[in-house]
Amino acid sequence: MRAIDVVGSAIGNSFRSRLRTTLTVLAIFIGAFTLTITNGLGTGINAYITDTVAAIGANDVLTVTKVSADATTTGPQEYSPDQITSGGGAAGGAAGRTTVAAITPADLTTIAAIDGVTSVQPSLSVTPDYVTTGSSKKYRLGLGSFVTGTTLQLSAGAQLDPDSSELQIALPVSFVEPLGFASDADAIGTTVQIGITSASGTQSVIDATVVGVSEAGLGATGNATANTALTTALYDVQSVGRSATAKDSYAQAVVHFDQNASASEVTALQGRFTAAGFTARTVADQIGTFKSVIDAIVLVLNAFAVIALLAASFGIVNTLLMSVQERTREIGLMKAMGMGAGRIFGLFSIEAAFIGFLGSAIGAGIAMIVGTVVSTALSGALFANLPGLTLIAFTPGSIIAIILIVMGIAFLAGTLPAWRAARQDPIESLRYE
Amino acid sequence: MSHPILAAYDLKKSYGRGPNRFDALKGVTLEIFAGESVAIVGKSGSGKSTLMHLLALLDKPSTGTVELGGSDTATLKGKRLNETRNKTFGFVFQQFFLTPGASVLENVVLPLKIAGIGSRSRKVRGHAALDRLELGDKAKSKANALSGGQKQRAVIARALVNDPRIIFADEPTGNLDSATGAIVEDILFGLNREQGITLIIVTHDEDLAARCDRRVYIRDGLVVTEEARVAA
Ligand SMILES: Nc1ncnc2c1ncn2[C@@H]1O[C@H](COP(=O)(O)OP(=O)(O)OP(=O)(O)O)[C@@H](O)[C@H]1O
Ligand SMILES: [Mg+2]
Repeated sequence: MRAIDVVGSAIGNSFRSRLRTTLTVLAIFIGAFTLTITNGLGTGINAYITDTVAAIGANDVLTVTKVSADATTTGPQEYSPDQITSGGGAAGGAAGRTTVAAITPADLTTIAAIDGVTSVQPSLSVTPDYVTTGSSKKYRLGLGSFVTGTTLQLSAGAQLDPDSSELQIALPVSFVEPLGFASDADAIGTTVQIGITSASGTQSVIDATVVGVSEAGLGATGNATANTALTTALYDVQSVGRSATAKDSYAQAVVHFDQNASASEVTALQGRFTAAGFTARTVADQIGTFKSVIDAIVLVLNAFAVIALLAASFGIVNTLLMSVQERTREIGLMKAMGMGAGRIFGLFSIEAAFIGFLGSAIGAGIAMIVGTVVSTALSGALFANLPGLTLIAFTPGSIIAIILIVMGIAFLAGTLPAWRAARQDPIESLRYE
Repeated sequence: MSHPILAAYDLKKSYGRGPNRFDALKGVTLEIFAGESVAIVGKSGSGKSTLMHLLALLDKPSTGTVELGGSDTATLKGKRLNETRNKTFGFVFQQFFLTPGASVLENVVLPLKIAGIGSRSRKVRGHAALDRLELGDKAKSKANALSGGQKQRAVIARALVNDPRIIFADEPTGNLDSATGAIVEDILFGLNREQGITLIIVTHDEDLAARCDRRVYIRDGLVVTEEARVAA
């Protein structure tokens, strides 16, 4: 029998018992649908994270913190006046609060001396009280320190100029309307007032120019961003009344290294920081933490989908065993007429693979439609403030991979019935009664 | 006449082992020549079907040889054995073994499909075989829509579609009423006469056996008598 006839007959045979085939296909459909959706979630979210990391840029930047002497001990930690409690990384990556030791000017010298470091700046942590245009209400303001080399995702205006002496600020998009601006573009070039309280308890106001409106996203967690000049000005005001030592100790420092450093060189550099008692993380490290969490969740979800598929594959075994049973005579006759055992095996295992193909193609197809509809609906509603996020995304490669995997599982499930059919004795099968 | 087309020499076939061992054939020697019609006759359980299966190369004898066209078939294996069966033999069984949901034509061209013949050629030859059995108008019908006699004619069409040299028929009329049975018999003997196809019919129907050139009587796994038809 020609290969094309084997395939044709196998496909024809699968339609002979329509109800049974439909039910089996349905079982596979459920597994394939789930697998496609969970994979789509992983693809969509991870693509968003990758895009965000790429958009932020700053791939020559390390955020450095000093490892507290007893950071590794569990249980209550001994108080030390040197310790600073900081909340996670700059990108809001790590949850929870870790106690790190303060970075002192001496530490900055040590860091600058580490091989591969081109520059080091302490990152000044400022906590302003409010922002207002003067005519609007006062709104609480969180301020992220701007890291040289990063790119803000802007909906209007321009990037901050780190070298300018002008006091510049980029407001998050959520502030535009409350502050009374007609549009994002309308806010650009205006002056806003920032209230800040010094250590000694007096509140002052500093004027800053709005140069950009930043989109919310993973890179900017709803905080405004200030350029170096504004950050320094605010820090100076905030530090009035603090001792010089307190003013000169920082929670973290920002280190620049060679822009062309390879991944392994960066790892080596991070190793040198570790050896010197610091923790150095790249932007990708900080945001990449999300990725591993997402990957782990997707893996668990995929495991459930695969369990569903395994259950469905027993359905295939059952369906095909029944049809081998029903077609005993036919198989015997074909063997008597000179059909080889290999071809009989092919006939049944291809039928199984075809059932797998039907289930997975329909499952993946419907999952793509449902996924696209759901993520379009959600990106307009629930995730409206995460522009660019496609919650469930599909790549042709992963769809094809899913279909092939399901067909593979179905083929394996078909081998038992197919093997039974192939080794059937034609004389036994053709016995009367 | 030179070589017999099909010959069995001292065929023995036993089933089971030890105390359960059963000798179904106890040394059968038989020569069948091209163009002959031979009836294998005997009581139930005498070993007729066993002999036919050995002659049709569906089973291997315990000892003894089966020769096809003068050469030993013991060396035929796998693909070559399958090809030989496909090209040389046609089968007609007591039961029809038609695939009920498939069309009559599809059923008839099955041996051609197995032989690896292309679909266009299959169609042409399938229609030709059906026409020969006056079933041309039923080609597209489902096999289970046919009457018993039509079914057996479809089976005969299937048996001869690949131009076999030998047709094996195991109780070909066993499932048919006597009138339809007679028609089927006429068709088989017609093929034998007109196309020289060798007929080997297994039966316990004496009337059918009487129409054959030769009758081989089997009892308890042994040939008891062989008689040729008295020339009229
Ligand atoms: N697979 C087998 N295992 C054991 N014994 C068998 C087997 N096949 C056939 N036999 C025995 O061999 C003997 C001959 O069987 P066979 O089928 O050849 O009889 P038969 O002459 O065709 O009978 P019938 O006219 O009833 O078809 C019987 O006694 C049967 O029980
Ligand atoms: Mg029999």
